[in-house]
Amino acid sequence: MTDLTQAQVRERIEKGLASRHRKEKLFRGLGIGSIAFGILAVVILFTDIISKGSGAFVQTAIQLEVHYDQQVLGIDKVDDESLTWANFTGVIRQSLRDRFPSVAGRSDKRELYTLISSGAPFTLRDRLAENPDLLGKSERVWLSADDDVDTFVKSLKDSKEGFRGRTSDQKAGWIEQLLESGELKKRFNTTFFTNGDSREPEQAGIRAALMGSLFTLLVTLALSFPIGVAAAIYLEEYAPKNRWTDLIEVNINNLAAVPSIVFGLLGLAIFINFFELPRSAPLVGGLVLTLMTLPTIIISSRAALKAVPPSIRQAAMGMGASRMQVVFHHVLPLAMPGMLTGAIIGMAQALGETAPLLMIGMVAFIVDVPTGVTDPATVLPVQIFLWADSPERAFMERTSAAIMVLLSVLIVMNTSAVLLRKKLERRW
Amino acid sequence: MSTMTLDAAGRTDTAQSEVAGGQLMTNRAAVRETVGQPFCDTAKLRMRNVNVFYGETQAIHSVGLDIGQNEVVAMIGPSGCGKSTFLRCLNRMNDTIEGCRVEGELSLDGDPIYGPKVDVVPLRARVGMVFQKPNPFPKSIYENVAYGPKIHGIASRRADLDEIVENSLRRAGLWNEVKDRLDKPGTGLSGGQQQRLCIARAIAVSPEVILMDEPCSALDPIATARIEELIDELRENYTIAIVTHSMQQAARVSQRTAYFHLGHLVEVNDTETVFTNPEHELTEAYITGRFG
Amino acid sequence: MQTPTLFALLLLLILVAYGTGFRRAVSTARSLGGVRNLAALPSYYGLYTALWCGLPALILLGAWLVFDDAIIRAMVLNSIADKPEMISGQNLLYAQIQNLAAGHLIGEKSPELQSAADYFSLLRSRSNNLQAFLSLVLASGLAAFALLRLSPKLRAREKVEKVLRIALIACACAAILTTVGILLSVLFESLRFFQSVPVTEFLFGLHWSPQMALRADQVGSSGAFGAVPLFTGTLMVSAIAMFVAVPVGLMAAIYLAEYASKRVRSLAKPILEILAGVPTVVYGFFAALTVAPFIRDLATSVGLEASSESALAAGLVMGIMIIPFVSSLSDDVINAVPQSLRDGALGLGSTKSETVRKVVIPAALPGIVGGVLLAVSRAIGETMIVVMAAGLAANLTANPLESVTTVTVQIVTLLVGDQEFDSPKTLAAFALGLMLFISTLVLNFIALHVVKKYREQYD
Repeated sequence: MTDLTQAQVRERIEKGLASRHRKEKLFRGLGIGSIAFGILAVVILFTDIISKGSGAFVQTAIQLEVHYDQQVLGIDKVDDESLTWANFTGVIRQSLRDRFPSVAGRSDKRELYTLISSGAPFTLRDRLAENPDLLGKSERVWLSADDDVDTFVKSLKDSKEGFRGRTSDQKAGWIEQLLESGELKKRFNTTFFTNGDSREPEQAGIRAALMGSLFTLLVTLALSFPIGVAAAIYLEEYAPKNRWTDLIEVNINNLAAVPSIVFGLLGLAIFINFFELPRSAPLVGGLVLTLMTLPTIIISSRAALKAVPPSIRQAAMGMGASRMQVVFHHVLPLAMPGMLTGAIIGMAQALGETAPLLMIGMVAFIVDVPTGVTDPATVLPVQIFLWADSPERAFMERTSAAIMVLLSVLIVMNTSAVLLRKKLERRW
Repeated sequence: MSTMTLDAAGRTDTAQSEVAGGQLMTNRAAVRETVGQPFCDTAKLRMRNVNVFYGETQAIHSVGLDIGQNEVVAMIGPSGCGKSTFLRCLNRMNDTIEGCRVEGELSLDGDPIYGPKVDVVPLRARVGMVFQKPNPFPKSIYENVAYGPKIHGIASRRADLDEIVENSLRRAGLWNEVKDRLDKPGTGLSGGQQQRLCIARAIAVSPEVILMDEPCSALDPIATARIEELIDELRENYTIAIVTHSMQQAARVSQRTAYFHLGHLVEVNDTETVFTNPEHELTEAYITGRFG
Repeated sequence: MQTPTLFALLLLLILVAYGTGFRRAVSTARSLGGVRNLAALPSYYGLYTALWCGLPALILLGAWLVFDDAIIRAMVLNSIADKPEMISGQNLLYAQIQNLAAGHLIGEKSPELQSAADYFSLLRSRSNNLQAFLSLVLASGLAAFALLRLSPKLRAREKVEKVLRIALIACACAAILTTVGILLSVLFESLRFFQSVPVTEFLFGLHWSPQMALRADQVGSSGAFGAVPLFTGTLMVSAIAMFVAVPVGLMAAIYLAEYASKRVRSLAKPILEILAGVPTVVYGFFAALTVAPFIRDLATSVGLEASSESALAAGLVMGIMIIPFVSSLSDDVINAVPQSLRDGALGLGSTKSETVRKVVIPAALPGIVGGVLLAVSRAIGETMIVVMAAGLAANLTANPLESVTTVTVQIVTLLVGDQEFDSPKTLAAFALGLMLFISTLVLNFIALHVVKKYREQYD
């Protein structure tokens, strides 16, 4: 073959151009498609959760004329002892029978009683405890409806028929009657934020789980931040370059990628079985999450220390400061914003973690709001996991609502980390 | 402002007085029009009134220049004078820089270089480029040279490809050194060899023009001499524009030399004239080493 | 004395020690004619005293808190060891004793139990008193000792810094301790498990039904601990996840790094990163309640049989979760490819996609492979999505529409709820944990090594 002339080459190039540009467009399209897929996933995920969960922030309530009848209650004065034994359920049933006088027959009556939440008697008890004068008198009170009623009422706006589930035609009739007369309304669901877990969806709330998360995070923060920063300081400012520090470094990087559930196994075997710390306690949860977030915090703290220019260290050393003084007086304050950002991100990671906490028993059914780090508790993600397993439709709504709360907290944490970084970031 | 006027004595009084006042580096008003012979009859590349902007800042101010067929034009000037930027306009490598905007008329054999309908792919095949730092792909020597012909579909058979690779390496003066290790990575060669490999890679697609952006700045003197020889040989077949930092190199390899100063093209003349008898004060100041 | 009160008291002592040391140093300095005549600043003398005062006492207190329960337990159980009817069920018995001592045991109380409970209460209060007494005496004694040693020549700063330095080293070793802790905790329990179930059976057995093995006579003979279905299930879910995450993540990274303008990049990148910040339990919920039913309906509509918990749903959602992980790792390595290589390719007349496909990606390949390996390790170890959406049935199947189970799912199901800690069922979870730990460790190690080597290449 002789040398191709430039003209021949030109011709050959021109021939291939169209298909090459097509491929280019295709490739570019694939890129855009991938981005779009990711963004679409975000949008679908969030709309799905929000559409499922927004309903849980309102709750159906029924207004009843309640007569605090001494006879039905079985008490004659209001004190702690008598309130404990008083039959508020009877009072509510009486009111329901009065409201629907036409209902007769045992089974129909029993169905009538299921309009009101089984937690309503406690509402009445609290009211009476606050106003002892009410004894023997009547008042109109809004009481939480049962979750089936709640689900049915909420589904009415989607379709004429509504989601019936266990709701019979008869019951649906009563509900419509109450709705028309204005004795049934949807109100803000305070229960969701003030109660602990419950078997009854309308009484279930996230307060206990939120407090559990708070205590767990406090333990995690109190341990992982100082330890992480100290480790970073040692590795970045002191450690000689040798095999030992290499080992620590490889170790930290590896730990950052170890599955979280393995940390749960560690917590179970060491903290619970060996040290016999209490099961289900935020203390143990915090310890496990500390070990889990430590690599993240160490890595980000080291990055923050690295970003402080050596000239500052040299300047301080030149003034005769000891190494410790250089670090604590000069380097650390400058690196603090970066370290705090890393800590917030680590905490956000810990807040969303579920699997290792299942291992150490934070999955128990816990109604009481924990008051300390050794009380049995659960955390928000675990609460979501537990509710997601419950068959009631009303729980699905609450699960999504709990997710919305969790995501909001996470968004706040992450945004503040970003803002903190932006605000305090220093360019050298 | 018009660069079309070929007034050889285009200096103004202000320029002279300010030069005399030692304001060489800072005063942009010192340069109004290009002196010397920026244009020629056998123009392969024709540039008129070229302005280049990076965002808001203007990097090139109305430059007009011709590069003739089978001619080596050297572009010299202090760092940051815009010579590399100008070179990168010629095959539109500035497109890859975000915020870079090129204005003016640029044409290759009468075909416009910029314009909505111009396809950069064949343009860059016609105007090849060799960069400051040798940048062989992390592939074998053979694959490095075969890359261009392959993507452009120039060779359809393996034998043709082999021949193109051999010819290109021969022309780049590298064949004898690498013919036994064509399958070894190109990154394993020495710096000078790597740069010649990059030249071989560029000529494998039979370009008409080769742009060289300080091709020897990362090389030792012996490798530099080898490349300079090569440029002289390549002149037979190609038109070459070379940006260089070294005045000696410009003097050795080029027929014409263009002197850039702060984004302005100050003077273009025969290389000999520029180095022995520069017309412009700024050129003289530069080649006599008053700044650089 | 209650522990919190004791802590408060100790803290107070430490503060007093600091103050005394500080003032002693200041007054000494004054008599010598200024602080410059001391070997260190007064605050270091204060810290020196405070460290002597607080550190040993706090260590003692910590050790006490860790070990006192176990010692009391051993002593109480020992005291009733001669009564054979109470030997069995020690845990329950001890819990009863504790409850009785705390005064809220409902039910019958045997005199033996009562006396044991009394003994427990006695020990408890003695332990508390002794702990308070010893730590306070230690703290004040050592503080006094330190004060006696204070002199203008004492190099207090160096001594304080030495202690601090040791504390820093100890913190840096926490990572090593964690790894050792993980290894010890999974290794020992696994060894115990392999005593009852042979390793070969665990690794190569085809049947997994740990529930069967609850009956003691069946352990090891039922063949119920064959983990192969778990491994295949894990691999299938991870493979589906990778099938989604690698192309999408990689293409997204390429687009952002090579094509997108600054504006698009600054918008799209944070949105993609939201996916990384969503907790896994949320993905699990999404997979179980939205994606799985959708896939089932879709499969049914084209005439396919699909389980309501399918490997596909779990894998798909896991893939979405991993997209930002793959894309940010790939973004890093793609950006590390020098611009000069791109220029070289573009200068020859390559289109952008040719540059990316033929030059940038081959150059970045080691880094990308490393990133993908890290992503695989993540997929294997991911728990909540599969627990909520993949199912529990240990099917040995290649059909992604069927429900499968994974190693992590089994660890969770075996360990959630109350079990005897010694049953093979519980121990099996640790054996699975060991497998998980080893495989992810190997993957991480290779991946980190590859990425490190890659970075060095272009540094």
